Amino acid sequence: MASGMQEKQYTPSLLNFFIYNPTFGPREGEEEKKILFYHPSDVEKNEKIRNVGLCEAIVQFTRTFCPTKPAKSLHTQKNRQFFFEPEDNFWIVMVVRNPMIEKPNKDGKPPTVEYQEEEILDTVYGAVVRECYSMYKLFNGTFGRAMEAGGVELLIQKLEKFFYRYLQTLHLQSCDLLDVFGGISFFPLDKMTYLKIQSFVNRVEESLSLIKYTAFLYNDQLIWSGLEQDDMRILYKYLTTSLFPRHSEPELAGRDSPLRPEVAGNLLHYGRFLTGPTNLKDPEAKFRFPKIFVSTEDGYEELHLIVYKAMSAAACFMISASVELTRDFCEQLDGLVGPQLTLLASDICEQFTVNRRISGPEKEPQFKFIYFNHMNLAEKSTIHMRKTASVCLTSVHPDLMKILGDINCDFARVDEDEEIIVKAMTDYWVVGKKSDQRELYVILNQKNANLIEVNEEVKRLLLQGIMTASA
Amino acid sequence: MSEEHYLELCENPVQFEHASSVNNVFFDEANKQVFAVRSGGATGVVVKGPDDKSSVAFRMDDKGEVKCIKFSIGNKILAVQRTLKSVTKNASVLGFCWTNWNEIVFITDQGIEFYQVFPDKRSLKLLKSQSINVNWYQYCPETTVILLSTTVQGNVLQPFAFRNGTMCKMSKFEIELPVVPKPAKLSLSERDIAMATIYGQLFVMYLKHHSRTANSPSAEVVLYHLPREGACKKTHVLKLNTTGKFALNIVDNLVVVHHQSTQTSLIFDIKLKEPDSAVNMHQPVLPARSIHPYRIPLAGPAVVPSQPPVPCQLYSSSWSVFQPDIIISASEGYLWYLQVKLPPAVILLQDKGKLMDFLLRRRDCKMVILSVCSQSTGEKGSLPVVATVFDKLNQVYKEYLEAEQTYTAAMESGPSRGSAAQKRPVRTQAVIDQSDMYTHVLSSFTERKGVSHKFIIAVLMEYIRSLNQFQITVQHYLYELVIKTLVQHNLFYMLHQFLQYHVLSDSKPLACLLLSLESTYPPAHQLSLDMLKRLSTANDEIVEVLLSKQQVLGALRFIRSVGGHDNVSSRKFLDAARQTGDQMLFYTVFRSFQQRNQRLRGSPSFNPGEHCEEHVVHFKQLFGDQALMKPSTV
Repeated sequence: MASGMQEKQYTPSLLNFFIYNPTFGPREGEEEKKILFYHPSDVEKNEKIRNVGLCEAIVQFTRTFCPTKPAKSLHTQKNRQFFFEPEDNFWIVMVVRNPMIEKPNKDGKPPTVEYQEEEILDTVYGAVVRECYSMYKLFNGTFGRAMEAGGVELLIQKLEKFFYRYLQTLHLQSCDLLDVFGGISFFPLDKMTYLKIQSFVNRVEESLSLIKYTAFLYNDQLIWSGLEQDDMRILYKYLTTSLFPRHSEPELAGRDSPLRPEVAGNLLHYGRFLTGPTNLKDPEAKFRFPKIFVSTEDGYEELHLIVYKAMSAAACFMISASVELTRDFCEQLDGLVGPQLTLLASDICEQFTVNRRISGPEKEPQFKFIYFNHMNLAEKSTIHMRKTASVCLTSVHPDLMKILGDINCDFARVDEDEEIIVKAMTDYWVVGKKSDQRELYVILNQKNANLIEVNEEVKRLLLQGIMTASA
Repeated sequence: MSEEHYLELCENPVQFEHASSVNNVFFDEANKQVFAVRSGGATGVVVKGPDDKSSVAFRMDDKGEVKCIKFSIGNKILAVQRTLKSVTKNASVLGFCWTNWNEIVFITDQGIEFYQVFPDKRSLKLLKSQSINVNWYQYCPETTVILLSTTVQGNVLQPFAFRNGTMCKMSKFEIELPVVPKPAKLSLSERDIAMATIYGQLFVMYLKHHSRTANSPSAEVVLYHLPREGACKKTHVLKLNTTGKFALNIVDNLVVVHHQSTQTSLIFDIKLKEPDSAVNMHQPVLPARSIHPYRIPLAGPAVVPSQPPVPCQLYSSSWSVFQPDIIISASEGYLWYLQVKLPPAVILLQDKGKLMDFLLRRRDCKMVILSVCSQSTGEKGSLPVVATVFDKLNQVYKEYLEAEQTYTAAMESGPSRGSAAQKRPVRTQAVIDQSDMYTHVLSSFTERKGVSHKFIIAVLMEYIRSLNQFQITVQHYLYELVIKTLVQHNLFYMLHQFLQYHVLSDSKPLACLLLSLESTYPPAHQLSLDMLKRLSTANDEIVEVLLSKQQVLGALRFIRSVGGHDNVSSRKFLDAARQTGDQMLFYTVFRSFQQRNQRLRGSPSFNPGEHCEEHVVHFKQLFGDQALMKPSTV
C-alpha cells in the first residue's frame, strides 16, 4: 500500500514520570526507598533505580556550577528530561520522547528513525511539570503534609492515586506557549453587569455564612475570584480543562430538548451541582465534595469545593473542610443560588449578544494573536480553539507555534521591553512585543508586506487597545 | 414608649386671651390670625398671627355682637359681620372670605357675591354673583377655592375658584352618603368636610362615619381630587379601622386623623402604595399613637420661676382643628401648629423599603434618612435591605440631578420665548448625594469596629452598584474609600479585579493613589500607568512616573508617540538619565536632544533657558568634545 511507503510522524510523548527523594534511601542497597512514584509502573526495578540515580547525579553535578540554580533539563538525541524540585529534596522528573520521523526503507530493511531534537521547548514542558505538582497540591496539599499525616506510605498512596489518573490526561503533543503562561481567560463584561455579579456573590456569602470564598465564571471564563491569584490559576485550569468539559456533553445533548428546570418556591431555575450530589431529591444522595488546598497567610487551608452551574454561569463556593456539609445546606444553597444564578446567566448572555451585535458580524481577521499579562495572568488567544478535555486545538501550524515559543524564551532572558519581528518560512510574519509585564504575539498573514508595513499593522492593533483595555 | 410619639405640638404656640363671657375669640384661616374681641371691640381687639408682624391691637365701636371678623390679605382692610341678615336682601349671610387684599366674597344661604372693595371711596363694586341654595360653605385660602354645600341633603358640593378679579365655577360633584335618608334632609355636615392641598393638589376630604346599615364596619376618610379644570374624582380611601369622633389635619403632606375617644392619632400618606389592597385603599403608615405629651410653659410676669409647667390636656373637647395643621384651644388661649417627628417612624416601621418611601417625602428628612443608612449598615444590617435603601435614595438623587441638568441646559440655550419661567429645581432634604453619604455614613462606617471587612466592602460596592444603576457618576472619594479598605485588609487581588473591570472609574487622583501603593503591591504601577494612558490628558504625569522609575527611554518613547517630544524639558530627561549612572543611556538621551535642537532651531546646542550647561560639561568629560554633535554645515 502507498501509505506504507510514506514517512510517519511521531509527536512528543511521555516516556517516564517519576518522583523521588534522595534522603529516603541514602545507603547502598536502599535505593529503591528513594522512589515514591514511577511511571510506567511495570518498569523493572533496577532500571527505575538506574534512572533515578542518573537524575540525581546530573543534578548534583550541575549544582557545582551554580548552587542556586540546578539543572532544569537534559537534552539527548532521543528524549528530553525535565527536573523540578517543588519541595526540599523532593524531585519530579518527566522524560519526554522527542518527536521523530520514521522513513521506510526499501528491501524490507527496518525503517530509519530521525529524532527532531530541537523541536520541543524547555519552557513549555518545564511548565507542564510545574503544573503537575500544582494540581497535585491543589487536591492533596504539599508532599510534606502527607508525610506529616501518614509518613512515606501515605505519600506514596496519594501520589499513586493522583498521578495514575492525571498522567493519562496529559497531552504532551498539544502543549504550547499557553502552558508557559498558565493564564486565565477573563470574560469581558460591562461595569453594571459586573457589579450585579458582585452583589450576587456578596449576598450569597452573607446568607450562607459558611462560604469562605467564591469564584464566578461564565462560558469557562473567569469573572470574579475571591481566591488569591495563584490558587485561582490552578483551580481555573482544573475547572476549564477537566471539570467543565466532563459536564458539557449532557448540556449540549440537552439543547434540543431543553433541560428540565428545577422549581424552588415558585421560581424556575436551571441550577445544578457539578460537584457533590447529582440529584438533590435522591434519598440516597451523598453530600461529599472534592476537597482543595489553598494558601493562607500562614500556610494552607483545606476547603470543600462546591461547583454550581446554571446555564453558562458557574459559581464555585468554598467552605472550610472542617464543616460537614449536609442535605439541608445543599438544599438551601440550591434554593437561594439556583434562581439568582439563572437570572444572572440570562442577563450576561443578553449583554454578550448585544455587544456582539454592536461590534458587527465577525470577520475573519487578517491576524491572530496571543496576549498575556503577567500582572493579572490575563490571557487571550485567537489562535486556540475551544479547549476540550482531550485536546487543545490550535488554528495555526505547529512551526508558527514553535516560533512564538522561541520568541518567548528570548523575552524571558532580559528584563527590558523588547520587540522581535520574524518572517516565517511559510510567508507569515510573526511579531512579538514585550512591554513592562505584558507580552503580545501576532501572526500576520500578509506575505507581500514589508517590515515597515508589518510594524505599522501591529501599531494599529495596539491602538485598538488589545493591551490596555480590560485585562 | 415616649420615643414612639410621632406627632407633637409646636414649642412656641400663639398665645391669646382665652375665650370668656367678655372675650370672644375668632380664627381667620386665611391669615392664620386669632382675634380676641373684648366687649364687642370697645375695650380692645387683639389680633395674634403666626409671627409678630401680623399681630395688631386696636379698638372699635361696639355696634353689637361680632359674628365674624377678618383682615384682608396683608392686613389692609378689616371686615366685621355683626348680624346674620344682610341689609339688601332677605337672605342670611353665612359668612365672607377675603380672596385678595381688596376682593371679598359674601356667602349667603341664597348664593355668593364677589365684590371689589375701594377703600378710599368706602364703596364696593359687585364683580360677579351666583344664585344657589347654600347650606354651608368652606374656604381653602391656599387655593382661594370656596366650596358650597347645596341641595336638601347637602351632599352636592359646588366649588368656585377666585383669581385676580375673576370667579370661576368649577364642576360640581356629589359625595356618596353611607345612607340616603328618607325623607330627604340635610345629611352632610360641614364638620365632616375639609379642604386641603396634599402634594400640591387640592383635595376635599370627607369623613365617612360607619353605618350599621351600609355594611361599613369602621369609619374612613374619602379623598376627592379637585383639579383646576375637569371633573372631581374620588381617588383615595383611608381606612381608620375604628369608629367615633375624628378630626383631620394635614402635616407635611400627611393626612392626620385624630381620634378623640382613644386620644390617639393616625397618619396616612396617599403616595404610599399598599401592595395587596385595592386601588388607592390606604392603611395607616404607623400604628396609632397619641400626640407627644405637652406641658404649657407658664409665661408672663406673674409666673414664679420655680413653678413647673402644667401638663396640657390633649384631645380636649374644647380643641378646634383647622386646616392644614392648626389646633386651637380657645378655652386656654393657645394656637398650636401640629408637627411630625420622624425618628419614631424608624422604630415603628420595620419594612425599610416602605420606611424610605415614607421618609423621602418628608420635609426635614435628611438626618433621619442618614441615621437609617447608618443603622442598616450596622451590626444587624443585611445586604438586600442595604441595597433597597440605597436604590430608593439614589432614585430621588437621580431625579434631582436630571432636573438640574435640564435646567442648566435650558439656561445655557438662552431665554426661550415659550417657557420663560424655567424654575431652578428645588433641592429638598430628600436629595442625599454622595458627599452626604460619605460624610455621615460611609466614612465612619468603614472605621467601625466589630463589622467584618467583607460586609464593609460589600456595602461600599452595593452603593457603587446602585449609583451606577441610576447612571450617576461616582465621585472618586468613594473609590478611594474602597481602595483604602481593601488595602487595609491586604485584599490586593480583589482591588486588581475591580480595576480590571473598570468598576473603579479612571481619574487622575485614583491613578496617583494607585501609584502610591506600588511599594506594597507592585502591580499597582502598571494599573496606574494604564489608567493615566486611558485618561489621555495625563501625558505629563506618565513621563514623570516613568522618569522616577528611571525608565528614561520608555519616557522618551512615550512622549514621542503622543507627539509631545518637541515641548518637553530636556533637562528633566538628562537629569534622570544621568542619575541612572548608565553612561550609554546618558549618551543616547543627550544625542537625541541635540538632534531635536538641530531640527527645531538649526543648531544642536542647548539654549541657556534650558539649563543644560552642567550636562554638556558632564557629556564632554565622559565622551570628549569631539562626541558632541556638530552644527550641520550647509
